[in-house]
Amino acid sequence: MSRIKEKFAELEAKNQKALISYIMAGFPNDKATISTVRGLVKGGVDIIELGFPFSDPLADGPVIQNASTISLEKGTKIAKFFSLVKKIRKETDIPLILMTYTNILYHKGYSKFISEAKKAGIDGFILPDMSVEESKEYLQAAKNNADTIFLISPNTSIQRIQKISKVSSGFLYLVAVFGTTGVKTGIKKYTIDAIKQVKKQTKGKIPIGVGFGVSTPEDVKKYVKAGADAVIVGSAYLKLIEKTSQNQLEIKIASFTKSLKKQTIL
Amino acid sequence: MKYPKNGRFGEFGGKYIPETLVPAIEELEENYLKFKNDKKFKKELDYYLRVYAGRPTPLYYAKNLSEKMGGAKIYLKREDLLHGGAHKINNTLGQALLAKKMNKKRIIAETGAGQHGVATAMACAALGMKAEVYMGYRDTIRQKQNVFRMNMLGCEVHPVKSGSKTLKDAINEAIRDWITNVENTYYLLGSAVGPHPYPVMVRDFQSVIGNEIKSQMKKINNKAPDTVIACVGGGSNAIGTFYPLVDTNSEIIGVEAAGHGLKSKMHSATLSAGTKGVLHGMMTYLLQDKEGQVTETHSISAGLDYPGVGPEHSYYKDTKRVKYHSATDAEVIDAFLTLTKTEGIIPALESSHAIAEAMKVARKSKKSESIVVTLSGRGDKDIEEVQNYLNKHVKN
Repeated sequence: MSRIKEKFAELEAKNQKALISYIMAGFPNDKATISTVRGLVKGGVDIIELGFPFSDPLADGPVIQNASTISLEKGTKIAKFFSLVKKIRKETDIPLILMTYTNILYHKGYSKFISEAKKAGIDGFILPDMSVEESKEYLQAAKNNADTIFLISPNTSIQRIQKISKVSSGFLYLVAVFGTTGVKTGIKKYTIDAIKQVKKQTKGKIPIGVGFGVSTPEDVKKYVKAGADAVIVGSAYLKLIEKTSQNQLEIKIASFTKSLKKQTIL
Repeated sequence: MKYPKNGRFGEFGGKYIPETLVPAIEELEENYLKFKNDKKFKKELDYYLRVYAGRPTPLYYAKNLSEKMGGAKIYLKREDLLHGGAHKINNTLGQALLAKKMNKKRIIAETGAGQHGVATAMACAALGMKAEVYMGYRDTIRQKQNVFRMNMLGCEVHPVKSGSKTLKDAINEAIRDWITNVENTYYLLGSAVGPHPYPVMVRDFQSVIGNEIKSQMKKINNKAPDTVIACVGGGSNAIGTFYPLVDTNSEIIGVEAAGHGLKSKMHSATLSAGTKGVLHGMMTYLLQDKEGQVTETHSISAGLDYPGVGPEHSYYKDTKRVKYHSATDAEVIDAFLTLTKTEGIIPALESSHAIAEAMKVARKSKKSESIVVTLSGRGDKDIEEVQNYLNKHVKN
């Protein structure tokens, strides 16, 4: 069983939902990433999503775009990223998901990239521009190696929900709003309806994580109440990292994480 | 390839898109397939192309230029004479009309130099629709006049300040807008790039160029031209020129922007110097670094300044049906000045890449041969750029 699946099983036994935190690797530098991870773990995060920057992040809003640009300017490279992951792995056993864009994997070769990532300690992948139709090679490379987390949108048809949930493992990522990451806030009725629809279609075979525009403990509470098995918070973390000095980072991240995590304990 | 199965030209193309866009892309493909053979739609589009845009465009025998080169007869396909001054209107009229049939109330588009933005604004004004255009911040400075033109045409221009602040970032931002407003918005993409069905749809709307060349050359020579040449950035005028001729014996040459030279990093010659990758929803050749990060490009012509290329061009490169060459900024300026002087026609810097190649080919060819060059746009927009170049590079 993968680390991600084990985590969801463990949480279910404790009657808890998962808090997944997203941060951009190397933003604003590697040292900050290490401190942030320590803060996340201290604060009780369940799964960490590590963003690897891409020059053209078309599903991301201004906050993650800016973090990508800075991370790339600071010299984030694949090999450097993998050694950062290894460092994190020495400190924690928490599931780690890599979120980036298709070209990063395609360019190196899906198999090569995934096996190196796996060796470093990555448990799963999220590629927001990878559609099911184009995923054959990617899925083959990830098989028995890493979880492939696909996205579903509130406008995804029932037929596609079925198709997507078949190729997804770990969890299904439900995009909460029409928009890019971190932009819109406020909970929409269509999101609540989508959570219910996806749950109905998947019949509990795979956990549902809700992300995009989720930024406060209140948001987390409402999505958990609506039936989400996991909530994903990203841009809010990057904003906090941006305004916090290095020596305060671990403490501030831990306390924000604690406030979010509290809402996932039923 | 008539209609690409699964959106693939060989291994190129596809739909690498965020899930939110899937219903919109499916709706688009469904409607495109429905209307492209619809008699009423075709009649309406044909009306606008003729009476509003000025089709068919002439095929002009450039006698002076041909004699100067001393070889083949050079013919110019005068897309520069179209309303708006470039081939872009062929596609914007087609897509705006389609959007109207689909009852879309809001049109968005990206633009590099501003030609596609202006053509979108014109088509939307003519059809009574509202458009918003994304344009790289750097390009809004380089092409101030086009921003003003779009504004006058009733179109809002959003400067894009992310990434390299040029065309590729304008496309990113237009896609982000589309994701956000997917329910009521039509994305009017300006080149033969992006996720399926855009590359094939834009090709089909631009194929009027190649179809006219074919029948015009038949009247002149009773056969297809020996050589056909067009410039390639994203590649819409080129694919529209080439596609109707790929089944003939014509030699076909696409010309990319070599900028300061292919060995410098200052160029936009994606097919000549790129590697395969995924960007803007398609698998195609890209200019990227060893890690798969898309690199910045350079060209004297803003319209060719793009690190990707239409997937059908990637396919023709690999199958060797089309040869892809390149022209440096210096060669382009020379071609620009030569055509202006010999024929009294001021070509766009984009199109001057094709002219430069035609001059090279003509010098080595026989007088009995024929070359058709697509003159994709007029050069009035480029006068300042050329002046700056000459001031910098030519010493009195």
